[in-house]
Amino acid sequence: MSRKKNIGITAYSIFVLLPVYWLINMSFKSNEEILGTFSLWPQQFTFANYQVIFTDPSWYNGYFNSITYVVLNSIITLLVALPAAYAFSRYKFIGDKHLFFWLLTNRMAPPAVFLLPFFQLYSSIGLFDTHIAVALAHCLFSVPLAVWILEGFMSSVPREIDETAYIDGYSFPRFFIRIFLPLISSGIGVTVFFSFMFSWVELLLARTLTSVNAKPIAAIMTRTIGADGIDWGVLSAAGVLTIIPGILVIYFVRNHVAKGFALGRV
Amino acid sequence: MNKIQNNRAWFLVLPVFILVAFSAIIPLMTVVNYSVQDIFDQNNAYFVGVEWYRDVLQDPRLQDSLLRQFMYSGSVLAIEIPLGIAVALMMPTRGAMASLSLILLAIPLLIPWNVVGTIWQIFARADIGLLGYAINGMGIEYNYATNATDAWLTVVLMDVWHWTSLIALLCYSGLRAIPDAYYQAAKIDRASDWAIFKYIQLPKLKGVLIIGVLLRFMDSFMIYTEPFVLTGGGPGNSTTFLSQTLTKMAIGQFDIGPAAAFSMIYFLIVLLVSWLFFTTISQLDKNKT
Amino acid sequence: MSWMAWTLPTAVFFIVIASILVGMTVWEIRSPCIDRKGFLPISTTRGDRLFIGLLSSAFFHLYIVGFTTISIWLALLLSIAWLISVMRWG
Repeated sequence: MSRKKNIGITAYSIFVLLPVYWLINMSFKSNEEILGTFSLWPQQFTFANYQVIFTDPSWYNGYFNSITYVVLNSIITLLVALPAAYAFSRYKFIGDKHLFFWLLTNRMAPPAVFLLPFFQLYSSIGLFDTHIAVALAHCLFSVPLAVWILEGFMSSVPREIDETAYIDGYSFPRFFIRIFLPLISSGIGVTVFFSFMFSWVELLLARTLTSVNAKPIAAIMTRTIGADGIDWGVLSAAGVLTIIPGILVIYFVRNHVAKGFALGRV
Repeated sequence: MNKIQNNRAWFLVLPVFILVAFSAIIPLMTVVNYSVQDIFDQNNAYFVGVEWYRDVLQDPRLQDSLLRQFMYSGSVLAIEIPLGIAVALMMPTRGAMASLSLILLAIPLLIPWNVVGTIWQIFARADIGLLGYAINGMGIEYNYATNATDAWLTVVLMDVWHWTSLIALLCYSGLRAIPDAYYQAAKIDRASDWAIFKYIQLPKLKGVLIIGVLLRFMDSFMIYTEPFVLTGGGPGNSTTFLSQTLTKMAIGQFDIGPAAAFSMIYFLIVLLVSWLFFTTISQLDKNKT
Repeated sequence: MSWMAWTLPTAVFFIVIASILVGMTVWEIRSPCIDRKGFLPISTTRGDRLFIGLLSSAFFHLYIVGFTTISIWLALLLSIAWLISVMRWG
């Protein structure tokens, strides 16, 4: 049985990795080679595609723009979601269930529905083409999920801990930061994973809300379609570079994620 | 856990409420406003009542894309849920291999959606892509850019590649929550693998699976970027889903009124489905306690 | 605010919704309600019933507008009757 399992999981891993490998393969080839010969690995290994990206500011600024709004989004999400999740996990209050549901519906709403009004809204308050606009727009989707995940983690912390801390003379903010946050660090890891995941991968809103200064890398990638067809090499190289931050994030939160899901909403 | 009744908890929720209200309620009101008017520019807007709603509901293009959307969401769920469970069952449980497979599986989840489209655009092409090349090499005619069936299959395969990991990770963590004692008891009873799955593992997975189905349904229901990059909605309209139809209307043709009416209908469907799921989850919670 | 393109009917619509919500909150503070089971298949609170009533009315309106030629005002009247009966017996 165990051997069969190993074969199965290996087969699935290959299925997951093969398309990614192909992208990496392409990124080290010149365009002549990509279109000229079919080969499983680069025949003439070249860094030229990466050079294009690292030497052109309009390319590498795209990465900085994306990372800037993703980080902003994660910070805002955590700051507002932590107290809210605490309230949902510890107290009953008027309209709590409905508020919770309403938050979740925003996570479910298609970004396309909000496209036009978002554009109008952020233009009218002068935030169009700024990082904060994209971060705020993404909050609409990351905050509900964050509250949901964190609420699950907080509910698994017994409330006796809160009460003991208050008896020991802790004020609420001090208790929250010194005692409570360390207890739910896995939950914070998972939350960051999810807000990162959403904000980094989303394109539709990010593209609509920016034009030059805050344009995300994902939107810049469409530039590779030039007069003489698509520049496959540079497109692949840019794609490979967008995968790296994701892998770093998974690496750091890997233990939290497995534990996290289990403790969280299950 | 018993919760304390305390309405001051509203102060803790207030930041979230303001933030989400700002970016949800104002745009939603705007959509409603747009949906009842014929708008030429800022100063030329005419009230048309429910005209756009009637147009949109009777437009065959939209009915088609709604149907395609349900078929698409249905087929990706039908593949991803069983496959995700199977992958989770096969994952190693401890040691370095467990971390490694966890990281490997999570990779597709963190790739920007348009890059997912790009990866498959390259991977499935007959001239430069491994998949397309291999399939054509086996003597099967395959071209996702010209054949509607091929395009459909490619988009579904891409979604399976992209999102099965989410179900697998959810189930994996659900499985980890089962105490070893259960398995030992099953061993003593000489339970078959199938019996272990049916009576021990599957019931424990119910909670995560509902979340998984909800997330997958919603995300596949609003899918836009990946098919847009891969096929551009074509050939013809064979892979044009709801979000793309809507975006085309709103930004491509600037038909604000109909696009807004369409948004409202789209939103109501989403609201109905999320309410059904949410009610199911809370009913389950209630039965547990 | 001009970009929001307000019209009288939509303004009235949102004012009605907002006042229903405020009214429900005040009612809840005055006399908190408990779950109960009516003709709907699940036990519901007042807020749940309001939501069910409103959402089903919305779909009813869409049906009337899209697939029949019946006046929308009739749909509105029927919806109000339906909303009240859900609130009362649901």
